[in-house]
Amino acid sequence: MPNFVMSYLGSTVTPGQAGNQFWALMYVLIIFAGVSVAVMAMNWLERKALAHFQIRLGPMRVGPHGLLQPFADALKLMLKEDIIPTEADQFVFWVAPLIGLLASFTVYTVIPFGPSQAVSDMNIGILFMLGVSSLAVLGIVVAGWASNSHYPLIGALRSSAQMVSYEVAMGLAVVSAVLMTSMNASGTGTLSMIGIVQAQQQQGIWFIFKFFPLGFIAFAIFAIAMVAETNRAPFDMAEAESELTAGYHTEYSGLRWSLFMLAEYAAMIAVSSIAVTLWLGGWMRPFPNLLQAPAWEFIFSLFPGLTFAGLAAIAFIGTARMPAQSFFRVQRIGLAVFAALLGFIALLLLVIAVAGRTADTSVAARFREGIDYVYWFVLKVAVFMYLFIWYRATWPRYRFDQLMRIGWKVMLPIALGVLMLTAIVGVIVS
Amino acid sequence: MSISEKGNPNALANAVSNLDLDTPEKPYLDSNELIINMGPQHPATHGVLRVILKLDGEKVLGTECVIGYLHRGVEKIAENRTYTMFNPYVDRMDYCAAVSNGLGYCEAVEKLMNVEAPARAQYIRVILTELNRIASHQLWLGTHALDIGAMTPLFYTFRDREEILKIFERYCGARLTTHAFRIGGCQYETYAGFEKDVTNFLSFFAPKIDEYEALLTTNRIWLERTKNVGVISAADAIALGVTGPVLRASGVKWDLRKAQPYANYSKFDFEIPIGENGDTYDRYLVRMEEMRQSMRIIEQAVGGIPEGPIMGKVPKVIKPPVGEIYHSIEAPKGELGYFIVSDGSTQPYRLRVRPPSFVNLQALDIMVRGLLIADVVAVIGTIDIVLGEVDR
Repeated sequence: MPNFVMSYLGSTVTPGQAGNQFWALMYVLIIFAGVSVAVMAMNWLERKALAHFQIRLGPMRVGPHGLLQPFADALKLMLKEDIIPTEADQFVFWVAPLIGLLASFTVYTVIPFGPSQAVSDMNIGILFMLGVSSLAVLGIVVAGWASNSHYPLIGALRSSAQMVSYEVAMGLAVVSAVLMTSMNASGTGTLSMIGIVQAQQQQGIWFIFKFFPLGFIAFAIFAIAMVAETNRAPFDMAEAESELTAGYHTEYSGLRWSLFMLAEYAAMIAVSSIAVTLWLGGWMRPFPNLLQAPAWEFIFSLFPGLTFAGLAAIAFIGTARMPAQSFFRVQRIGLAVFAALLGFIALLLLVIAVAGRTADTSVAARFREGIDYVYWFVLKVAVFMYLFIWYRATWPRYRFDQLMRIGWKVMLPIALGVLMLTAIVGVIVS
Repeated sequence: MSISEKGNPNALANAVSNLDLDTPEKPYLDSNELIINMGPQHPATHGVLRVILKLDGEKVLGTECVIGYLHRGVEKIAENRTYTMFNPYVDRMDYCAAVSNGLGYCEAVEKLMNVEAPARAQYIRVILTELNRIASHQLWLGTHALDIGAMTPLFYTFRDREEILKIFERYCGARLTTHAFRIGGCQYETYAGFEKDVTNFLSFFAPKIDEYEALLTTNRIWLERTKNVGVISAADAIALGVTGPVLRASGVKWDLRKAQPYANYSKFDFEIPIGENGDTYDRYLVRMEEMRQSMRIIEQAVGGIPEGPIMGKVPKVIKPPVGEIYHSIEAPKGELGYFIVSDGSTQPYRLRVRPPSFVNLQALDIMVRGLLIADVVAVIGTIDIVLGEVDR
């Protein structure tokens, strides 16, 4: 059994390619659990960050600083009465949230958290990703239609209009990144997600900085389009609260509604992962080629542990700052336990970083490497998650005809121009 | 199932006439047109306004406002209350600007009785009324921005409005429905530190307006959502009887504080901001500038509060002579008028309120025809209605 479990650790390819079904399944489970936890964390973080933008406190009652709020919410949503409107198309109404959920979770099969830390590495990974993530809109359209009600219907129509407007520009931006992968000696590019990151490593530059500002413009277009793709502010017309009450999920409640939310947050993480993979060097730590010395390697490998140590310190400070009344005793203990947990994780990570500092094939070294990859990847994605919250706090909502105008008249021509310029510059340079 | 089988048949009959449906016998839901009820329970209709929208896709072909969900019969109540007893009721009409309502009512009755509030009371009235104008505009800004999708300004405006409400609370004990004024003057003397509180508020609030403006005025999305949206020409606005910032944004320099000075507004130096295009953005700018002008008025007034009595010579029992009076003031939302018919008894024979929200709401249809659903909520927000006042 240990051999079987360890069988994968020595491998340098994804379990999908190695044909290692067991590890592929393990990865699927780990990613599913990880994304679900991330969605919960994101739910809490969004409420807290948004609250602090808006001079409020946000959740404070369920657990210390509302840390258990997502669990309370999840429990409440699961226990709610399951309502299907009489006039709704029952089967489609039932299936719609699952379509969205399936689409946003399937994308994760090709997202590389490291050179071998992915379920599978398809040679058409980016096409697969674009195709599957576009399916999410089907869930929304179908939900709006099946509800048999006006506001959801309008929300659904808006979201389909939205999709056709941004997907083209988004696709072209992706193509220009793919084009950059072919700027090497052999002149062959790749559509594989892992290949794209490796191409950035070989060329020694993140694609966001490549042919500046071309890479950056393509990235910016993708970054705008991905906000529209996930129906987030300022492009949240499909669920615009002040206009369509709740848009496509007006008639949904309880567990089904929470599935929509889960799908939305999962999709946010998924598209951010794609942006990170294509333009921000995926799992690579900063300056992997420039600062190659083992000492640098060691310093960077301390980051995960130090991050958790910092979080633990914040939690400990929070514990100390809690009011001394006996009313807060349980909360104080809870926060202290949470801080201790974070501290323990930090210690574990630091131990692994120290134990695995030699770049050999020992288990500790492999573990250390894997943790580094996932850490840098998640850190970059987290920046995008914060941006999503920041956008929502700052900007009013676009009107859907304005989004279409931006999509067709601004983003599409720019994306086309960037694509052509990238090609021309690429030919001249090579 | 067509919509005609549900809901209020009368309202829909009106809708048919106003929405230019060619053949009312035809089912409303054909392949092209959609009739949709926005409200009375809707997050962006500012209360219980019901708007029946006739849509072609998202394009608005016509609207019909159905009101009365908050009707409390304020005008009828007035006929069964003495003048003094009715005074608190007016606070419940435009509850965002209760002080203005009270000022209009007290001045109307005073005019009917031919008495005048003493100078000190006038100053207190002006300070509180202008503070209330700022509070009302803050509430408008927050909700209007929220309608357009910007969540954050709402919290900022409510944070700052709190400071005004604190002053009200210290002055008369109430925050929202203040009942601050009495016929003939003011009930309460200013509390110790009133002037200081007000001047503190002025210095506190000046940078806050800039903060709101930093969030919105040059925000590209805000500009796209408000410029050339809900345009109403000066001629249309006048024809519909629209008043207040909505009228001024169309370029008409009409402010009752200047045009028919009441209280002691003629003593103060302030500008009337006007717009050019009569669109949502101009109305936004006009109201932002009005807040600044209100601060100017308060600054002048708080520095010059004279000593003296706060109550004029009015009898214990208010019994105006037989006659009728129409008196109007510039409330935050427009011309707020009171028409009072007195039969010489202690109760009004008839009291009619000319509420700015109700009249301004009539402009909604002109403003939103040809626009999209998203603009309807923007325009409802920009007209700045309070349903308590529309329905009374």
